[in-house]
Amino acid sequence: MTPETTFAIDVQNAVKRYGDFTALKRVSLSIRDNEFFTLLGPSGCGKTTLLRMIAGFEEVTEGAIHLFGDDIVKLPPHKRPINTVFQNYALFPHMTVLENVGFGLEMLGSTKSEARARAGEALDMVQLSQFAARKPSQLSGGQQQRVALARALAPRPKVLLLDEPLSALDLKLRKAMQIELKHLQRDTGITFIFVTHDQEEALTMSDRIAVMSAGEVQQLGDAREIYDRPRNMFVADFIGETNLLEVSVDTVADGQAACHLGGGHRLTCDAVEGIGPGAKVHMSLRPERLTLSSDPTQGDSLKGRVRENIFSGTDISTILDLADGPEFRVRAPNSSRGDRRTFEPGTEVFVNMEQGAARLLMD
Amino acid sequence: MSASRYDLRVYPGFRAITILCLVILYAPLLVVTIYSFNASPSITNWEGVSLRWYADVFTGPESGKFKLAARNSFVIAIIAASVATCIATLSATAILRAGKYKLRMLSFGLISLPLMVPEIVTAVATLIFFNAIGFDRGLLTILLAHIAFCIPFAYLPIAARMQGIEATYEQAAMDLYATRRQAFTRILLPLMAPGIVSGFLLAFIVSLDDFIITNFVKGAGIETLPTAIFGAVKQGIKPNIMAISTMLLGVSVVMVTLSWLISRKDKTK
Repeated sequence: MTPETTFAIDVQNAVKRYGDFTALKRVSLSIRDNEFFTLLGPSGCGKTTLLRMIAGFEEVTEGAIHLFGDDIVKLPPHKRPINTVFQNYALFPHMTVLENVGFGLEMLGSTKSEARARAGEALDMVQLSQFAARKPSQLSGGQQQRVALARALAPRPKVLLLDEPLSALDLKLRKAMQIELKHLQRDTGITFIFVTHDQEEALTMSDRIAVMSAGEVQQLGDAREIYDRPRNMFVADFIGETNLLEVSVDTVADGQAACHLGGGHRLTCDAVEGIGPGAKVHMSLRPERLTLSSDPTQGDSLKGRVRENIFSGTDISTILDLADGPEFRVRAPNSSRGDRRTFEPGTEVFVNMEQGAARLLMD
Repeated sequence: MSASRYDLRVYPGFRAITILCLVILYAPLLVVTIYSFNASPSITNWEGVSLRWYADVFTGPESGKFKLAARNSFVIAIIAASVATCIATLSATAILRAGKYKLRMLSFGLISLPLMVPEIVTAVATLIFFNAIGFDRGLLTILLAHIAFCIPFAYLPIAARMQGIEATYEQAAMDLYATRRQAFTRILLPLMAPGIVSGFLLAFIVSLDDFIITNFVKGAGIETLPTAIFGAVKQGIKPNIMAISTMLLGVSVVMVTLSWLISRKDKTK
């Protein structure tokens, strides 16, 4: 089988074992050219291992990795046209900012003056030209981060790897950097592979996301797909906040699955391939796609009793006890619009769901 | 600054014990230093300040002997410290940068064990070794012995420094198209420089003032400064010995200060 040459990075059945421990179990991923691709997952899910395998710092136990069609598994890191932004930046402390950024170009054989000129351009790109003569230790965390970015981009790699580069920054700076990164990716046209455990970060920046857990890709798709149509329990639970209900599927017809849960509640939702009548599975209901009312509305609704309301600035979350069911959360934006009202604790209410709010999950 | 309950200074007898320790440690050095400036040929009677014994070291009847011994000492110290520093740097690189291998702890133990072995044992063993292989005792035997026992002293500051350098720097270099060798020379070596200089200075000092091992392995008629001083003292302590000792002390203080300054400057970078 010839590899698809249009993919920037094509990982085929990659396995990584450390002794008895399998960090990566047969992962296959095709990352497109000029894509902002994110590997998302909790720590220990194998995302960093996969990134380090692409960079060349970890050997591939089994499988293949192609870079624009070329097999790179046997290449040492310095022969791969791939650069990395490290989590702790790893700026060389004994070199100035400009020397840091020019290092890659110099190693590639550029003359000192050429390396300087192009390093200067890269520094311009991250708006740090005025700090060229400083040492990394004289910069703030956010500035160091941008130097690391300029250093990795200066040699114009075919693929840029980013290993949780924003995790050390405070929230405001992190948000600003998310947008800056996204713009940089668009402007340079370089394929970015971004590793993070922060789902919000992943949703904000990525063209596509691979959600990983326990050394496997759980789901691959764009932000909307991952968020709105999670494939399994892990993805639904890991991305965003959700209500998980145990349901039994009664019938499946015309792309709709009719289900029931304890307490006689009946719900209809989109059918999911692989989940047929009789299946006992979980259903995910995003709290922000649910509304409360004192009377049942058209369509599906669940009955419950309000336990408490939690105000968090932008939203108001209501925690309820479903009749014969588990605890349940409904979230409404904090707006003055009349169609969303808050119910006092103890009130009996109906939970109404938007079309497509409910989603059946594989285990 | 108020003394808290946990401040060491509030413990009873703290001041007295501190002063006692300082006196025991430094009084002899102080006495030697002061009496080296004594005008009197006696080592106990003070007759005023003079530099005559310093002049005596360089021009007196024993000056030839001392000059030769000093030259031997410095030549041996410089060569031994240089060679030991190179070996220590390579060992540290191998032990700390070659990944985890089975005998890593053993390697570290073997490198630092000589620090724990009584020096007299090392001295006797070295002498027996040279005899066994039929090596004539002379300057070369002193040099080889010094290289050997200087290695652990050079190794410790170098390894300590290298442990503080994260492996990601070299990885970043290799990620930026540097070969292993370039990552070593362009990144690791400059970052290690303060440790290497410290290691060299420590090895230099240890070599310069070594007596026991040197005395065992030196050839007849060949002296280093410590053995020459010992030889002179056997015929009675004269003030010129105090002058030499004071100068040697000065060299040590300068070296140790340098080593400290270099390692400190780097931490506050």
